[in-house]
Amino acid sequence: MVTHRSDAEPAIRVDALRVVRGGRTVLPGLTLTVPRGQLIGLLGPSGCGKTTLMRCIVGVQQVAGGTVEVLGEPAGSEGLRRRVGYLTQDASVYLDLTITENIRYFATVVGVPGHGVDAEVLRVLGLVDLVDHASSRAGNLSGGELSRVSLAAALVGKPEVLVLDEPTVGLDPVLRRDLWAIFRRLAEGGVTLLVSSHVMDEAIRCDRLLLMRAGAVLADDTLQGVLAATGTTDAEQAFLTLVDRANSAAGSTPDTPPAHQPSHEAGP
Amino acid sequence: MSVRLTMATSTRVLQQIRHDRRTLALLLIVPCVLMGLLAWIYQNTPVFDAIGAPLLGMFPFLIMFLVTSIATLRERQSGTLERLLTMPLGKADLIGGYALAFGLLAALQAVIASSFALLVLGLDVAGAAWLLILVAVVDCLLGTALGLFLSAFATTEFQAVQFLPAFVLPQFLLCGLLVPRDQLPDVLRWISDLLPLSYAVDAMQTITIDANGTASVLGDVAIVLGFVIALVVLGAATLRRRTP
Repeated sequence: MVTHRSDAEPAIRVDALRVVRGGRTVLPGLTLTVPRGQLIGLLGPSGCGKTTLMRCIVGVQQVAGGTVEVLGEPAGSEGLRRRVGYLTQDASVYLDLTITENIRYFATVVGVPGHGVDAEVLRVLGLVDLVDHASSRAGNLSGGELSRVSLAAALVGKPEVLVLDEPTVGLDPVLRRDLWAIFRRLAEGGVTLLVSSHVMDEAIRCDRLLLMRAGAVLADDTLQGVLAATGTTDAEQAFLTLVDRANSAAGSTPDTPPAHQPSHEAGP
Repeated sequence: MSVRLTMATSTRVLQQIRHDRRTLALLLIVPCVLMGLLAWIYQNTPVFDAIGAPLLGMFPFLIMFLVTSIATLRERQSGTLERLLTMPLGKADLIGGYALAFGLLAALQAVIASSFALLVLGLDVAGAAWLLILVAVVDCLLGTALGLFLSAFATTEFQAVQFLPAFVLPQFLLCGLLVPRDQLPDVLRWISDLLPLSYAVDAMQTITIDANGTASVLGDVAIVLGFVIALVVLGAATLRRRTP
C-alpha cells in the first residue's frame, strides 16, 4: 500500500552517479531527486542516458560510482523489488503465453498470494483496458496492445514507484492520451512515476520535468518553471534553449545545469 | 529459494512449451525416429544391441542441451529476464524452475524413447529395463543442466548453437563410444575422466553387456547426478542481476 508517512523523504535520490557502458561514460556524475507521489517526465534525446538511469534505479545496471536510493533504501535491494515496478522499452512479456498467463506469472513473482492472483490479474487488465483480450496470445496482439500488457505486468502488486521507459513510443495519439490518463490516476493515488520520453510535447502531462542531455540534467523543474527560466512557450523550444546555453557555457562541465538549480535539493 | 516461485516458473515454462505444439512433438518423437533409423541401418547385425543403449543416452542429451540453451537465451533477449531480475524472484528460483520444467520434459522424452527402443525395436540389453530408462532420464537431465549452465555465457543465438560443437562434441569423441576409454592416450583418458558424458556412456555400456552390473551403473548414475546438481548450482551462481 502507498503511505504518506515520510513524504519529506524523496522517492528517488541519485548522487554523483557514474556509469560506463562499453568503454563510454554514459552518466559522468549525475545528481537528482524525485519527490514522492508525483508524475515526473524524464525527457531528452535518444542516447542521453535515460534508460541507463532507469536501469540504475531498478538495480540492474552495473555502476562505476555514486549512490542511488529508492524509498530510502539502496536501489536494487531485496525489499525494493516488490515496491518498484519497471517497464522496459521492449515489451518484456512472453509472446507464446496468453495475456492472463503472463500476468498471473508476474503477479505470483511479486508475491500476490495464490487466492488473490485472479483478482489482481483482473484489476491490472482493467486498468489498461485489456479484460476482453485476456485469453489472447501475446504474440497475436498489436503493438499498442502488447505495450499495455507490459504495463499491466509492471502494475501487479501495486508498486509505490513506477519506472516506465518510453511507455508511449510508437503509439497512436488516442492510446497515448489514455496511457497518460492512467499515469495521472496512479499519481493521484500516491504512486511516484518516472516516465521517460523523447517526445517533448508529453511534458505538459507531467508534474515536474527532468530534462537530460549527454548524461547530465539540464533542468529539474515544473514545465512553467522551465518556460519562465528560458523565456520560451513550449517544452521543445525550452529544451533547445537550454542545450544552446549549455554549449555556450565554455564547453566546460555540462553536468552542472546552468539554467536552474533544483529548489528541493536539500543538503544532507 | 522459494518453492512457490520455483513451481510458478516451471509452470510458466511448461505453458510456453504447451503452446508450441510442434516443439513438443519434435521433443518427444525425434529420439524415437533416430533410434528407429539406427535399428534399420544395423538390421540383421549385432551392432544395434551393442551401441543402441549408449546412443539412447546420447540423442536426448543433445536435444535437451539445445532446447534448454535456446530457451534461456530467449528469456535473456526478450527483456523478460531483466524484468524478472527487478522483481523478488531468486536466481535459484529461475534456474530451478527451468531445471524442473525441462527435467520433466527430459524424463518424458527418455521414457518414451527407451520404451520405443525396448518394445518396438527389440533392443536387447543384459541389464534391467528400469535401469536403462533411469540412465536415459539422467542423461537427459545432464543435457538440460549443461544447457542451463552454458547459456549464461552465450550472448547471441549464434554462440549458443555453436556451444554444441564446442562443448558437447568433444565429450562425444572422448566418451568411449568410438574408442574404449581405457585404450585412449593417457592425457585424453584423464580428460575423459573429468567429463560427465563419459560416465553416462559407461553406465549404458555396462547395462548393454553386464546383467549383474547394477551397482556399477548406479555409481555412474550418482556421478552424473552430481554433475547435474553442480551445473545447476553454478548456473544460478553465475547469473548476475546487474549487467554492464
